[in-house]
Amino acid sequence: MEPRIGVYVCHCGSNIAGVVDCPEVARFAQGLEAVVVARDYKFMCSEPGQELIKQDIRSHNLNRVVVASCSPTMHEPTFRRGCQEAGVNPYYFEMANIREHCSWVTGDKTAATVKARALVSAAVSRVYYHRPLENRQVSINPATLVLGGGIAGIQAALKIADAGHKVYLVEKEPSIGGHMSQLDKTFPTLDCSACILTPKMTLVGSHPNIELMSYSEISQVSGYTGNFNIKVRRKTRYIDESKCTGCGRCQELCPVSVPSEYEQGLGSRKAIYKPFPQAVPNKVAVDPESCRHLKGLAQGKDICRLCQRGIEKKGVPGCETGAIDFARQDELVEVEAGNIIVTTGFSLFDASAVFQYGYKRFDNVVTSLEFERIVNSSGPTGGHILLKNGAEPESIAIIHCVGSRDRHYHAYCSRVCCMYSMKFAHLIKEHTRARVYEFYIDIRSFGKGYEEFYNRLLEEGTTFIRGRPAEVTDVAETPEERGKLIVQFEDTLIGLQRRLPVDMVVLSAAIEAQPDAEAVARLLNISRGADGFFLEKHPKLEPVSTMTDGIFLAGCCQSPKDIPETVAQAAAAAAEVLSLISRGSVEIEAATAAVDPKICIGCQVCKTNCPYSAISFDDTRRVCQVNEALCKGCGVCAGGCPSDAVSLNHYTNEQILAQMEGALV
Amino acid sequence: MKYYSYYPGCSAEGTGLGLGLSARAIAGPLGMELIELEGWNCCGSTPYGSLDAAESIVVAARNLALGEARGFDLVTPCSACCVTLNKTAERLKSDSALGRRVNEALSVAGLTYKGGLRVRHLVDVLANDITPPAIAGLVKRKLDGLKVAAYYGCQLVRPYAGDAESPRSLDDLVRATGAGPVDFPLKSRCCGGSLIISEEALALGLIRKLYENAASRGAEGIVTACPLCQTNLDAYQGKVNKKYNTGYNLPVLYITQLIGLALGLPEKELGLDTNVVSPGRLLSKVKQEV
Repeated sequence: MEPRIGVYVCHCGSNIAGVVDCPEVARFAQGLEAVVVARDYKFMCSEPGQELIKQDIRSHNLNRVVVASCSPTMHEPTFRRGCQEAGVNPYYFEMANIREHCSWVTGDKTAATVKARALVSAAVSRVYYHRPLENRQVSINPATLVLGGGIAGIQAALKIADAGHKVYLVEKEPSIGGHMSQLDKTFPTLDCSACILTPKMTLVGSHPNIELMSYSEISQVSGYTGNFNIKVRRKTRYIDESKCTGCGRCQELCPVSVPSEYEQGLGSRKAIYKPFPQAVPNKVAVDPESCRHLKGLAQGKDICRLCQRGIEKKGVPGCETGAIDFARQDELVEVEAGNIIVTTGFSLFDASAVFQYGYKRFDNVVTSLEFERIVNSSGPTGGHILLKNGAEPESIAIIHCVGSRDRHYHAYCSRVCCMYSMKFAHLIKEHTRARVYEFYIDIRSFGKGYEEFYNRLLEEGTTFIRGRPAEVTDVAETPEERGKLIVQFEDTLIGLQRRLPVDMVVLSAAIEAQPDAEAVARLLNISRGADGFFLEKHPKLEPVSTMTDGIFLAGCCQSPKDIPETVAQAAAAAAEVLSLISRGSVEIEAATAAVDPKICIGCQVCKTNCPYSAISFDDTRRVCQVNEALCKGCGVCAGGCPSDAVSLNHYTNEQILAQMEGALV
Repeated sequence: MKYYSYYPGCSAEGTGLGLGLSARAIAGPLGMELIELEGWNCCGSTPYGSLDAAESIVVAARNLALGEARGFDLVTPCSACCVTLNKTAERLKSDSALGRRVNEALSVAGLTYKGGLRVRHLVDVLANDITPPAIAGLVKRKLDGLKVAAYYGCQLVRPYAGDAESPRSLDDLVRATGAGPVDFPLKSRCCGGSLIISEEALALGLIRKLYENAASRGAEGIVTACPLCQTNLDAYQGKVNKKYNTGYNLPVLYITQLIGLALGLPEKELGLDTNVVSPGRLLSKVKQEV
């Protein structure tokens, strides 16, 4: 069947037409071999634009279509669908990018038009050699893996589990709950965080459809959308979980105290511990870094084990169910899931990087998360706001934007700090008689009830000073400053440099991506943005999807956000997954590699180099084979094969060479 | 032997004579050859730039051209000269039109600047090329028991050299001599610089804060790297005491003088007789250790 090609040059409003002479390019295209019709039009992706193509297909008997417009990542699926609806195989369609690769990168109209012509000519030459390919359908495993057990992961897991589908919830800490479990009250309603979180945690712990894998991390992900294989390392707690009742007797007996991560280092825990009393699962774990017995084993000694033995001479028994078992090992488990939702959350910026604010150099300079623990009634000070020496502060400064909105650290705004800083001011006024000073750049109270909360704060007598402090120092210049922490700043609203002595400084530190974000991204094959957070497929229209089909994001791992937004994103990600599960199957791109067994010499260069482990070696026939479901069409095999036995569908040598020749117009 | 082109700067031969003398004195013993840049001129520093911006660049660039022709790194003991010369070099690098005009002016004197010269501070050379351990190894007279505040001033560490909030180079050099650098939070705060001339009251206030901080941390003297800082802290100590009714008696030495003392060099060679606040008390302490 002779190729009959239709070429369509899009104006894209003035995005392309403002620089490229589109009518001229269309005229040029008309003169190319096998081109039956060539047009230019304002918006090819629109309804009328697509109708134009379909009509031409019918009236001119077109069997190939080229659209010169934007990037294929924008609209290739749109036009392929259009072709298919008009009866033309979608792989007989080719796009020439004359926007991102042409009109958007130059202002030189002559050069742009010349390049556009070359790109169109290349596309036309290529499409001549296209073959009709069929997308494959693969079924979707209805199980889902949710990575991260904070509020985002909990919400997503519950939504999917309630719909009747299996969820594996993997959490690396011994308990789920994440950072939300550390908070005291939440803005703007001042709901107690634990009170709204723990019921959900309990639901997760007891849900028949949720398999909770706590104290676990993923170590390998293979497979493809709809059919992922995930290896999960279940770290050993050194207890028999079926026997542990969470009674906590072992914690009381343990002689080793170490700083508690949950308390941000302000309080301590034992070597055998539950991170906090409401932990789910309600079981302890033994920390091998601090447990005397485990460290002694490495030297062949059998010491301590007070948790197991109790204190014999006092008649205090150890663990009564015999749950503690120091012989246990980590377990490697394999799990199959059709989709993965990433909800790994955030880490707090290390404020000691800002030397001038004295964090870790002065007593009584604390971060926001540390302050949450201080003000929390179940925290290390029982909810009393106290200085290091135990006295009550008479004045507290809260510095916004530490590490955020700062070209030295993070340019972005961490979104929640203005609100929690104001929440702190309110709680300080509730708990003490201290004066509160908020040092801000702008007040960002954007959400529902947030501005009203800010107004309420103003009436409570908190002092707001607009100016990012230059430093927090202990070098006194006047008698009143002696023994205090002095905040030096420019009060920008009155245009003066000022110094303010206070007793305590709270640093509202930035929200950052987790330190292991790069490792997680590599495991899942998803991207990160320049700011370190995982990258969504489209910032406006696809905020919870990633460029990797079947992997979704929710919560702070994607960008800083508050709890309402996190919960909404988690529900959105769950909806994406449920939609796929209810569809039952996905289409796999047909652009996969194929090995010609007649030519293949069995050297296995392709197999060694395939990044997706999609190629296997057939021992009987002594040739390589491609697993089309795993193949992502990257072409490394085709490029590496010394005998030219591997071809890549939709990227054959013939097609690529034609494209190159066409470009040399 | 390490070779450097040496740019003393006007102060090292005038108000900062102690720096000029001690820098040359310690060069040989430390294995440095400081070859004075022939025909160097004043870098212009702050005053010239505020008179005529374009001319000030040419004035500074003339030294860059002379230095580039020699081929060695250009080393200066003055913080302000170092900043001025580096600033000029950067401007010429980023603004090619300016570079052309400047070279046009330089060509009248038969000079040209292509942009390949490295300008460094003497402290940078002592800290990174000679290194404190090597200096410690050459010490003949350990200055143990001497507690001094290592004062960087602002221009030594801004904008070009690393950590402005908690620098360590001078402290390490002081330690190498055996003396003990005290904890000095205001170590890199401004001494007032040339404002001592135009806004004396303001500058005296800044200087006083430095004395207060150093003295309160137990310093018996101050060691500095910049001739302007040294002049402000040394020559105006009397005025500060008078204005604020204080009794500070803090000798202000150059780091090169301190190193010279540790190397066992005679006081006259180190220009210790040019210091205003007598370093006698410190020197007698040191003599006792020999």
